[in-house]
Amino acid sequence: MTTIMTPNKKPRWHKVGVGSYIVLVLFTLLSIFPFYWMFIVASNGTEAVSKVPPTLLPGGRFFTVISHVYEAAPTFNQSLLNTIYVGTIVAVAQVFFSAIAGFAFAKLNFKGQRYLVLFVIGTMMLPSQLGIIPLFMLIGQMGLLNQLGALIIPALVTAFGVFWMRQIIDAQIPNELLEAASIDGAGVFRAFWGIVVPIIAQSSFVLGLFSFLATWNDYLWPLLVLQDPNNLTAQVAVNQLKSSYAIDYALNMGGAFLSTAPLLILFILVGRRLVRGVMDGAVKG
Amino acid sequence: MTQPAVSAKRKPASPWKPPKPPKKLNNANAVLSLNGKWGYLFIAPFFFMFLLFGLAPIIYSIYIAFFNWDPLGTQDFIGLENFQLLMEDPDFWLAMSNTFEIWLLSTIPMLLMSIGLATILHRQYLKGSTFWRTILLVPNITSVLAVAIVFGQLFGRDFGMINIVIGSLGFPHIDFIEDSFASHVAIATMIVWRWAGYNALIFLAAMLAIPGELYESASLDGASKFKQFIYVTLPGLRNTITFVLIVGTIGGLQVFAEPLFLGSSFSGGDAGQFKTLTLYLFDRAFVGGQWGYAAAIGIMITVVVIFVSIINFFLTKRISSDSK
Repeated sequence: MTTIMTPNKKPRWHKVGVGSYIVLVLFTLLSIFPFYWMFIVASNGTEAVSKVPPTLLPGGRFFTVISHVYEAAPTFNQSLLNTIYVGTIVAVAQVFFSAIAGFAFAKLNFKGQRYLVLFVIGTMMLPSQLGIIPLFMLIGQMGLLNQLGALIIPALVTAFGVFWMRQIIDAQIPNELLEAASIDGAGVFRAFWGIVVPIIAQSSFVLGLFSFLATWNDYLWPLLVLQDPNNLTAQVAVNQLKSSYAIDYALNMGGAFLSTAPLLILFILVGRRLVRGVMDGAVKG
Repeated sequence: MTQPAVSAKRKPASPWKPPKPPKKLNNANAVLSLNGKWGYLFIAPFFFMFLLFGLAPIIYSIYIAFFNWDPLGTQDFIGLENFQLLMEDPDFWLAMSNTFEIWLLSTIPMLLMSIGLATILHRQYLKGSTFWRTILLVPNITSVLAVAIVFGQLFGRDFGMINIVIGSLGFPHIDFIEDSFASHVAIATMIVWRWAGYNALIFLAAMLAIPGELYESASLDGASKFKQFIYVTLPGLRNTITFVLIVGTIGGLQVFAEPLFLGSSFSGGDAGQFKTLTLYLFDRAFVGGQWGYAAAIGIMITVVVIFVSIINFFLTKRISSDSK
């Protein structure tokens, strides 16, 4: 089939067919359905999920189920606050340490640098679970078991963050800007604080968000080091709801809903920036 | 007495000295007017924390792997015995084959879906493209635990929505927990659900980086949409596909959260039908109390991850250079 085109006529494949929209709507429904289902089960009670056909509309028992969650896990709010606390500290620390190291790797010239960069990239290949047993021993010896510090201290830096920041600073800060600053008498610190930091603020925010999300959703490590029921993270608290013999779906999904709702609110506020962050950091070519 | 004159000629005593031969730079893109020595201070916190909490535990776990290490009892050096036992351990090989099956079941559909979605999002005249892009990222931000609770119910044998649909089509219900293959499908579904949209954004970014002139000249040559995809888009995604595959492999071979929640225990089902390598590591470490053995499993996982990453790398290199 040949198409004869005239300059003022758009090629026909520029039109987006209905099929594409159907696929997108389908994926949207699939992406959102689990959250919707969480709410359906939590608002109808467990009986609703053992009906054929299942209920697909919200019911009126949401607050009853949520109060059951708080009965089963009285410190749930504390767990949510703990998670926000840990996530915020980890996010700020990761951004700060990654930014200074990324700046040094991108813009400063010092001996052995090339090997240090290769070292950082190489460590990203190592499975993260490999050192978990000795890390557990180390945290125990530091007296951090059952304390939030056990979640914070090992998470302050990541090789990924440093690598990401190096890419961002390399791409976003022209050398001329830093050269001009140093001609004006700025040292390394003023160049970093006055020029680099304002430019990378947006990207830093995205890295911080991803660190926050990762901390929020981390599960196994908190489960190992936090055993005091008064001092948990949201994920561990949700997991404790599962301990009963017969699975109470409404209770579980109510807990899952409570631990997910803050993330969804956050996502509505900053989702577009996250999208841009993911796309900026993508390997292209 | 001519010598001083000559040397004076060669070295004029003016501030305009001939430039020094360029020093070999450690960083070709560096800003040389900034004092590079400060770089050590800037990277010090990262290296200090990383060596202490990242690398030291890994090295120590290699040490532990040569011991019969009971956290509450004795630690006896046994050389390579852990590795020998591992080679004869049917549970280890079961975990290995489960892991690879789940990895295959998730990676291939995920790759196809994300490239397909990215192709749709890449359409120039798509309406609401920001909305679609944002929605695609929603599954990725949720905790695996919350997702597993929901999917665990949806995959339920008697009242799970998926089985209700299967039943209404006239087929017998599938037991997504007891049946080995079906449980792998359930786990792979959770992984694909989480990562398809995220990777679609990665592919979309790569597609947007392909110069538009390539498409224009292809369409002037009368290439159909499909041919443009094969001859312009796909070659432009080469490195991105390699990247997504390698990252997906590193993550996929360490999968443990989904099977952990599906079975609510470290055993990976009653018969270990969805036991994965990392799940087995945790089972031995925190249920069995065999830290040396668990450390040996960790080392084997690392070896497998690195080995498969290298194969991935060369395979995609090879395929892409063939299609060139």
